[in-house]
Amino acid sequence: MRNRFCDIKDMLCQICKESTATIHLTEILQGQRNETHLCQRCAQQQGLGAQTQVPLNELLSNLLAAAKAASDTSGKPSSFADVNKACPVCGMTLQRFSDTSLLGCPQDYEHFQQELMPLIERTHSGRSQHCGKVPSHAGQQQKNDVAMLNFRRQLEQAVKKEDYEAAAKLRDQIRQLQ
Amino acid sequence: MKPVQLANQSSSWFGAEGPGWEIVVSSRVRLARNLAGYEFLSCLTPQRQQEILDKLHEAILAIDLGGAVSFIDVDRAANIERQLLMERHLISRQHVAGKGPRGVVIAFGEDFTAMINEEDHLRMQVYASGFNLDKCWQQISRIDDMIERKLEYAFHPRLGYLTACPTNLGTGIRISVMLHLPAMKLTGQIEKFLTAAKDADLTVRGLFGEGTDAIGDLFQLSNQVTLGVCEQDVVRDLAENIVPRIVEYEKAARRTMLDQKPHALDDKIQRAMGVLKNACLISSQEALYLLSSVRLGVNLGRIPELSLTRVNELFLLTQPAHLQIRAGKMLDADQRDTLRAKVIREYLNRN
Repeated sequence: MRNRFCDIKDMLCQICKESTATIHLTEILQGQRNETHLCQRCAQQQGLGAQTQVPLNELLSNLLAAAKAASDTSGKPSSFADVNKACPVCGMTLQRFSDTSLLGCPQDYEHFQQELMPLIERTHSGRSQHCGKVPSHAGQQQKNDVAMLNFRRQLEQAVKKEDYEAAAKLRDQIRQLQ
Repeated sequence: MKPVQLANQSSSWFGAEGPGWEIVVSSRVRLARNLAGYEFLSCLTPQRQQEILDKLHEAILAIDLGGAVSFIDVDRAANIERQLLMERHLISRQHVAGKGPRGVVIAFGEDFTAMINEEDHLRMQVYASGFNLDKCWQQISRIDDMIERKLEYAFHPRLGYLTACPTNLGTGIRISVMLHLPAMKLTGQIEKFLTAAKDADLTVRGLFGEGTDAIGDLFQLSNQVTLGVCEQDVVRDLAENIVPRIVEYEKAARRTMLDQKPHALDDKIQRAMGVLKNACLISSQEALYLLSSVRLGVNLGRIPELSLTRVNELFLLTQPAHLQIRAGKMLDADQRDTLRAKVIREYLNRN
């Protein structure tokens, strides 16, 4: 069925001429200005535009393959990313994790820390330190640590917004915790 | 409560009136938690899985949730009942297909649900009609505090709440809104929404979450990053920045259509009404597609005789398990399409 609304789009993609162009590139070559307007799909086919999120297991498989290749060429067995290394508590291996993206027990986070950390950082936009809620059974030190992180982040935001009154309060709260 | 009792009634959050519900159909906040001292689901023996079910079930029923609270043993429930719970967003597809002892606690009408032994030991969520993320967060956090006084969660000082999949690590929070974006879809601007979402580290999914298509122009938008962010900040970011921006895009697209193509718009809406009022066979896909146009029509005041509540009700009650429970027997696809058409006809011609 014809879409009667298609002619009120902002701007059409130059390649498929169907979807709206959401990626706009401006190139200046030898003083000549050149503009390209593409939709998401065509931009991706051209190797441009935002990448869709890589699934976790794919990331891990790539990581494992790279580690294996490195140990194959150096001839030395790598302690990193041994796919059959098993968690002593639940028996989980990296191979199994890369198949399902699911870990076997809380202990896995310690046991496979070296392999998991790069993955965790990739999935959480480079972050690797919890902030936010802390259960009441956690120790006072842990609570203070997380509270400190929260205050620091809020302080940054307050300064950015030029809300100096809030910033001063936060600074006092940080001092109290130190 | 028996799940079958739900088949003829509207949901407490899907279909009820809420702030900004013309575009933001519903809001949801979910927390993922696991008990300390137990393996995650993939490595649990059935006995230990049962232990977790008993512990969590007992702990949740012991806290004061106010009003009626029900527990449904998902493992023992009939397949059609599980399907019904999924259609009402009370359990996930994964919980339907899961194995072994598992269940769900439902409270506050259908606003609160706690899935036990889904991907994590505990996945609890609060829904609200319309755009009301803050209310959902306040409520779920309070319930989380109450449970946590009775049981010890798996927690790591650096990594936060430990979850079976590292993508939920840290806060274990998933904040989402269900958006109805027919005008952006019609005017070919959905890419704009997808780009805005991606830029803000958000995920877009279909009506039933992970791995489902956006049918009926309904999209689920949710946060992706759960570690290194504080819950209130994620709520605030979505509630104050991102969602209002997308709502604005959709409103602008609606205005453009009304200004530039009012006849094409009315044609689209009235044709949808025409088919829905007269069809004798209708698939769930087609029903969702047409109901989406009708929903848009109601929102734009083009179908004054119909209310948004009733349209939302039709979205819910014409799903396969709902129809079969209403009929009191299993139906094949043809029979379902016939009954669906009949239900819709009666509903719309009554007005």
